[in-house]
This record gives sequence, C-alpha cells and structure tokens, in this order.
Amino acid sequence: MARIRYRDFDWTLLGFVLTLSLISVLEIRSATAMTKFHGFHTKQILFLLVGIALMFVASMVDYHRLLDIAYIAYGVSIVSLVAVLIPHIGQKVLGARRWINFGGGVHFQPSEWVKLVLIIAMARFLWGRAGEGKELSWKDVGKACALVLVPMALVLKQPDLGTGLTYFPVLVVGMFLGGMRARQAGIILLGLLVLGGIGFAAGKRLKPYQQKRIDAFINPDSDPKGSGYQIKQSLIAVGSGGVWGKGANQGSQTQGDFLPIPYTDFIFAAFCEEHGFVGATLVLVLYFLILVRLIQNAQTASDPPGTLLIMGLVGIMLFQIGINIGMCIGLMPVTGIPLPLMSYGGSSIIFTFLALGIVMNVRMRRFVN
Amino acid sequence: MELENFRREEKLPPQKLAIAQYVVAAVLLALVAGMWRLSVLGADSYRVLAEQNRVRKVPVLAPRGKIFDREGRIIVDNYPSVSCYLLREQTKNLDADMPRIAEGLHMTVDQIQAILKRYAYAPKYQPLPLKQDITPDEQAFIEAHRTELPELQTLDEQRRLYPRDGFMAHVIGYVGEVSENDLKQTRYAFYSPGDVVGKSGIEESYDEELRGQDGSRDVIVNSHGKEVGLMGQELAKPGRDLYLTIDLDLQKAAERALEGKTGAIVAMDPHTGEILAMASRPTFDPNQFAVRLSKAYWQSILDNPDHPLLNKAIQAQVAPGSTFKVIMTMAGLQENVAQNLTVSCNGGATFYGHFFGCDRHHGFVDIHNALPYSCDTYYYTLANRLGIDTMARYANSVGVGVKTGVDLPEEAAGTMPSEQWKMKVMHDKWYAGETISVGIGQGAIQATPLQMARALSGIASGGVLRRPHLVMDKELSADELSAVKQTFPGSGEKTIPLTPENWQIITDDMAGVTGPIGTAAEAHLEGVDFVGKTGTADVVSGRKKGDHNRNTIPNAWFVGMTPRRNPDIVVAVLWEHGYWGNNSAKLAAQVITAFVNKQREKAGNLVKVAAVKPQVGLGDAAPAADANSATTTPADPDAAHSPAKKDNE
Repeated sequence: MARIRYRDFDWTLLGFVLTLSLISVLEIRSATAMTKFHGFHTKQILFLLVGIALMFVASMVDYHRLLDIAYIAYGVSIVSLVAVLIPHIGQKVLGARRWINFGGGVHFQPSEWVKLVLIIAMARFLWGRAGEGKELSWKDVGKACALVLVPMALVLKQPDLGTGLTYFPVLVVGMFLGGMRARQAGIILLGLLVLGGIGFAAGKRLKPYQQKRIDAFINPDSDPKGSGYQIKQSLIAVGSGGVWGKGANQGSQTQGDFLPIPYTDFIFAAFCEEHGFVGATLVLVLYFLILVRLIQNAQTASDPPGTLLIMGLVGIMLFQIGINIGMCIGLMPVTGIPLPLMSYGGSSIIFTFLALGIVMNVRMRRFVN
Repeated sequence: MELENFRREEKLPPQKLAIAQYVVAAVLLALVAGMWRLSVLGADSYRVLAEQNRVRKVPVLAPRGKIFDREGRIIVDNYPSVSCYLLREQTKNLDADMPRIAEGLHMTVDQIQAILKRYAYAPKYQPLPLKQDITPDEQAFIEAHRTELPELQTLDEQRRLYPRDGFMAHVIGYVGEVSENDLKQTRYAFYSPGDVVGKSGIEESYDEELRGQDGSRDVIVNSHGKEVGLMGQELAKPGRDLYLTIDLDLQKAAERALEGKTGAIVAMDPHTGEILAMASRPTFDPNQFAVRLSKAYWQSILDNPDHPLLNKAIQAQVAPGSTFKVIMTMAGLQENVAQNLTVSCNGGATFYGHFFGCDRHHGFVDIHNALPYSCDTYYYTLANRLGIDTMARYANSVGVGVKTGVDLPEEAAGTMPSEQWKMKVMHDKWYAGETISVGIGQGAIQATPLQMARALSGIASGGVLRRPHLVMDKELSADELSAVKQTFPGSGEKTIPLTPENWQIITDDMAGVTGPIGTAAEAHLEGVDFVGKTGTADVVSGRKKGDHNRNTIPNAWFVGMTPRRNPDIVVAVLWEHGYWGNNSAKLAAQVITAFVNKQREKAGNLVKVAAVKPQVGLGDAAPAADANSATTTPADPDAAHSPAKKDNE
C-alpha cells in the first residue's frame, strides 16, 4: 500500500540536527572538563544514539496510528501526572515531585513525554475541524484549552514551571492553524491579561524563589548570590566572549565554575563565551535552517493532521529556544527550560528525536493516499 | 486507515504557515540582536568584569564540640592547625610545579603523586588535602609563591586532641573522613566527601551535636587567583560541647586496673543509669585516626587477636557464669520456690541421667548460703524447678539478652535462651537438661559487662531498671534527648518484679561473697560495705587434658556494689581468661576504693580505704588458684570450672 522510501527521508534536516548535536557534545565536554560532571559528553553521545534509533522506529509507524491512540495516550498521561503528585509514588527531589521511581535506578518523568502526547492529541482534536476556510467554534476553543491546561496545571503543581510552560505553544499553534477567529484570540488575550493582573497584584501566587527570579531579572544586582548571580555570571560569560570567543576549553567563566550549570540550562552562555558572537550566530542560523525545514515539511504534508504534528514540534522548539537563549542573554527571567539539541539530558533529547521521527514519518507519507 | 474527514487535496491555510516562518525569523533575529548588544557592544566592559569579578567560596570549618567529664574536666580538646590543600583546577602544569611544591612543603614528589592517585576519583574542583599540620615555615612558602603556585591553598582547621595511651578510647571513639559507603546512608545524606565525621563511640553517636555547621567566605579573586576582596561570609557555627557522666577519677582507676589485661570494667550509678566509668582493654590511640592513619598502625590493630577496636564493655558477649546466680536468686524468690528449697550438696547431682558437678560438698544449702557458697547443686535444682522460660522471663526483665540502649553505636544484645529462642534460632526443641547449666550462667547464655552492671543496678536499686547512658541528660535539650532516646533501643525506665523482702535477702546474701569466707574474700575492703558476686565462666567445653593454651582459661567475672542497701555505685568486671572470679573482684575493689575515697574526701573524712593488692597479671593469679583452697584461701566454688578440676567430669 504505502510507498515509503528512505529516499524521501529528510536527510538534509537530519544533517542540520546532527551538526547541532555534535556542537552540543563538544560544548558539554568543554564545559564539564574541570568539574565533577566530567564525562557527561559520552553519556550525551549515548542518549543521541538512542534518540536516533528511536527516530527511525518512529518514522516507520504510520502517524495515523498515533492519531488513533491519541486519546488513550492522553488519558494515561493525565493518570501518570496525577500519580506523580501522590507521595510514595512520585519521588520528591529538591522539593518537587517530578519522577516516578521504578527502582533499580530507573526514573521516569511523565511531564516530558506528555509534550509529545499533547502534540498528537491536539492534532487529533483538530482533525476535521481544521482546514482552509474552517473556523473554530467557542466550544472547540474551550475544549482545546482544557486539553492543554489540565496537564499544564498538574505539572505546575509539581512544581515545574519550565516544563509546564512548554505545553503552551501546542495550544497557540493549534488554535492559530486550526482556525481560531481573531475576535476569539483577542477576547482570550484580554482575559489572560486581566487574570494575570489580578495574579500579579495578589503576588502570593508565586513561590518565593520565583518571585526572586523575577526581581533578579528586573534588577540583577538585587540578589547577587542567588538568581541574580546566575544571570550576572551568564551575562559576563556571553559578553566577555566578544566577537570571536575565548576559544574551546578557554572560557574563564565556564571553566572557573562561575557560570552555573554550564552543561544544561546555561550551555548557550558557555558556548558564547568560548566561541563568541560569530559561533553563537552560526548556532542560531542552524536553528533557523532546522525550523524552516520543519515548516516546509509541514507544508508538504498530505493532510492537516500531519501538518499539525510537525507545527506542534516547531512551536515547542521555537518556544524553548527563545526562552532559554533569552534567559542566557538577559532578555528573559531564569526558568529551567533546556535548549533543544544543545542542553545535556536524556529526556530532552529523546523527546526531540521521537518528534523528529514523526516528522520524517509525515514527510515520507506526503504522497500517500 | 481511511481519513474520511480529509480529502487528499485539503490543506491547512498556506499563508499561515508562511507567517510561521516569519515568526521564527523574528524570534531568532531578536536573539541575535540581544547577543550583539552583549558580545559586540558590551564586550569590553564584560571582559573587565570577567577579569575582576570572580568569586570563590572558601570553606570555614566549624570546630567540633569539646568533651568534658561530669565535673567539667576536659577529656577531648581541639588544637588549631593549618593544612595545605591542592586546587587542581588552579594549575596549568602540575607536573612541572611538583618538584617545587615538594621542596617547599618538605615532601617528596612520590608522596604528592600518591595523594593524587588516592583521590583520582574526586571531582576536579574539590581541593585535595596535601599536608596537614604544616609549619609556619611551610605556610610562609605558600604565601610567598601565591602567584607562581596558585594551586596551593592553606586552610585553618581545628583538629581533635584525644587523651594519650588509648585512655577512654572506646567510649570517646574517633573521627575520620566520611567514607564513600557512609555517604550512601541516609544519615550521612547531607555530608560531602572529605567531611570529618565521628566514626565510633560518643563521636559517632553524637556526631550531629558535636559537628556544628561549617561556614564559608566568598572571596573575590582576580584571574591570577589572588584575593582582592571579601564579598560576604557565613560564620561557622561551632559544635556543641558535651558533658559525659564519666567521673575521670573513677575512669582512671578502672583503666589502671585493666592495664596489661584483656577485658572491660563498667561502673554506673544505679539510681540514674549514669555510667561513671567504662574501660576496655586492649585499647587503641584515637589520635592515630584523627590525622592520616598509618598503614603500620592499622596493621597492628588488625593483627591483634584481642580486637583493640572492640568496646568489650558493650560488645563482648560471653557466658556470665556464677554472676548470673544473683538473677537466679531473684527469680527463685519471686516465684516462691527458693524460700522453701533446701538442697543437700554432695559435690553435684544427677539430672536427666547426667551428672552435674559442684566443686565441694556443701552439705545442706538453703537460700541464705547458696549465693555466698555459690553452690552449683543448689542452682541446678532451682533451675530445674523454675524451668527455662521462667528463668528467661526474669533474665530479660533485668536486661540479659536485651540491648541496654546505651548511647553508643553497635551495642551487642547478648543471648538469653528460651524454648522459643531455640526453636527460632536452632530449629530444635529445648531439652530440660539444658536448663540445668543455664542455671549457673553457662550454656547458651551470653551477656555483656554493661548488661550485667545494669541487671545488678536494677536489682540493687530496689527494682527499677534504667537506661545506662554516657551523656548527661541535663546537658541536652528535651528535643535532643528524645532524639537520642529514639536512636537507641531499650530506652526508658522499667520496673522489675521484686518485693522489698526479697530485695533484702539478695543484697544480704551478696555480702557473704566479699565476707571473710566468701569467694571474693581477697577483695574485702575494711570498713566499706562492698558486696557482690564472682563468676568463673568456662570458655571452651571440649577442652583436652593438659591444655594450657591461654584461650582455654576461664573468664573471670565480678559484679559488685557499695553500699549494700541503695548502692551509690555498681561495678561489673570482665577479665577475659582471668582465671577465676576473685581476680576480677580485686579489680572492682580498686574502682570502689577510688569511689569511696573520693566520697570521704568530699565529706571531710580523711580516712582512706586501704588499697587492695593490685593484680598485675596471670602470673600472680595462678599460684593462688593452685593453692589448697580448703585451708589457706576461701573456697572458690567457681574453681569447679577451672581446667584442672573439670577434667574429672
């Protein structure tokens, strides 16, 4: 039936992705060279190999099968997010319950895979509702909001602001492409502004450390040892890198243990310090090529759900890139969001490559039907 | 699958996807602009900041709390010391610097290499201890070469100073670097590699109180590693001082009495459970552990067959021998069996077809002379009447076979056999014949010296069993106290079934033991109401004739107290392979002498107790045991279990 050929696999996209992954491995190696995390780059390579394998697996299963089971997977996600909040099931680490421990060193963070499930569930939900000239009813908008906001609330409860926020672009992209009317968007935005205003006035909704982060963002000198310290050290790292950077393994901020977590959330700052404005711009160009390539694939998809699947990933990736790099260069407050394809970490890599697998899947079936 | 809702040619609005591309471009351009602002426009000023504004955290170590005796005399002190640490991340070429470092610190390159190898697993940012207790000379060298050798760093520390010659070593314990295994335990969750923690004794059980909280100084350093300012600091919170229940005068007497022997002495206040003295031999030098432990010293400890690291007061589990008869007497009286029991002792008796020997023909023995004579025949009969489970009930009620809950780590529980115990441990039923030997403190029964001291304290104080402890309760806050009590099992007070009449009989009977014809007559103290019970416990049952290996010589026990009624102090002595109970009684007498003399001095009474002839070693003990016991020395019933006589059985 299906004419699936690996000639149709997007090798160009894979090339961009692997180039970025290689840069990531080299920077993790450099940033951890002098720390107790030395050797994390080899682990990162392992994660990448697993991710690539999973990408090929994901590219083989017809994405329509994924759409079929979307709601079941969504149900399981909600159950696991609730389970993680229950003491004895969810494991509390540093004050947040984010993991389910299966024993034997196997941990599972449901909030990560929920990203993928949400992309699929949103595509499934808009199935038939979306298409050229179609418009969403208020009821549809409400349902879509619930679809995203319920898991988001559960993740915020852990609390994990960073991961919770990454669900939001799925809703934005879905509504935008699904055919939300401008009036609806306007009313919702207004509502959000009012709600946000009330929340901000109450002030109590934020945890003290979150409040601190926002204060530190507005004025980095207000908390020179806490969040402000992180921002300041990051700004110094990026700024002192200059145009050409200090050279690989030469970043004094990174190597001297001044820049916090230079292999995960602040890896971009570490990279800027060592490779300067030129190196960092090259990385952004790579991101641009990857995202544009993804959008092109979305355009050629054989049906709207295929397009929505790819655009969901684009939304999440662009959101994470904007927030993470924005944080490193002082445009955004400190939020624990990893930089896709750059930050160290297994769950982030596996999510990205699984999603890329689905993209390939959609691409290879663009002539099918 | 059929997609009935979508036709092949149906698409999402293409112009929206084009908008998405512009959004992507806009976001990324904004980021590039942000970077331009920092890396191009701000590069110079940020470069200056990077050069200057670097903060390093230098730890400020909290001094450990000191340890005092009950009268405020210092036992464990600290002394200030400077150590040199190696910051591996501060060096460009360590190999090239090494000869200079070695010379300046009076070390060899090999020694430095060995330290690097030893800590090869440690993360690179962690400073490595290069040399402890460095001299002012070496300190000056480090200061003078700050620029060329930025990898050297000095750190002020407070080091532990323990009493010399292993005095009280088992009670105090020692400190050492927290091990990788320790770090995996929950109680050490907040410790980091390189931290110094209590490894045994009081140092371990009160580690949390003693350790305090380390502080730190945030020092601003320039790119050469030179300090240019202080950004902030967190002062160290010193550890808390502890006052022990130990009385140094009694402790000294106990330590002196055990000199050259193996065994343990425990003295405690039966009314409070406060341990007044606790000594164990052989001992070790905790100072050797506080600085780097030498291989030779560690090997010498491992090679010693008497296990110097073992606190025999709480960890030696041996048969209590005839000292157990005190508990048997209590059980017999409380069960109303002993009052009416008169036994005719003809040098032993037959139970269940097996002959159990007694050392002498005691003739008619009743409850009033059974304990002073230590007549085995009487206690065999009593045991046979009571049965093992009743005996176990009473023994357990005074803490035999149960942890005392003393505030020291790794206390041994001992064993009190019972029908249930045997079924559980040996999967076999109890035979009535086994009860007979348990009646004289032999067989499967095992107790620690502290258990025996506590058991006697419980009986002697009129029936209240208390938790023995080493840290003064009043020095701890209520929270700390309850935390300690939770940590150690068997806490709290227990009441023993003991009527005042029976209590009087037992304590009176014990007076006979130290009386002129008692088994501990040699330990008699003129003018002191010192009473007790001897015990001579076989260590090997299948001994061969003429075997005079030291390890087959019986253990000598003694438990005693003064005065007879409502005693102020109870002493338990275990002299391993000390031959017979009388020898241990003389050691106990030395502690009692120190105690009584101190009491009298305080009361203004200048009459001192005449000291008992010190017992130096087995050379002295052996002739006494060999002498004709019937005429020159009081009969030692326990000698029945001495090697020579046992051969006849």
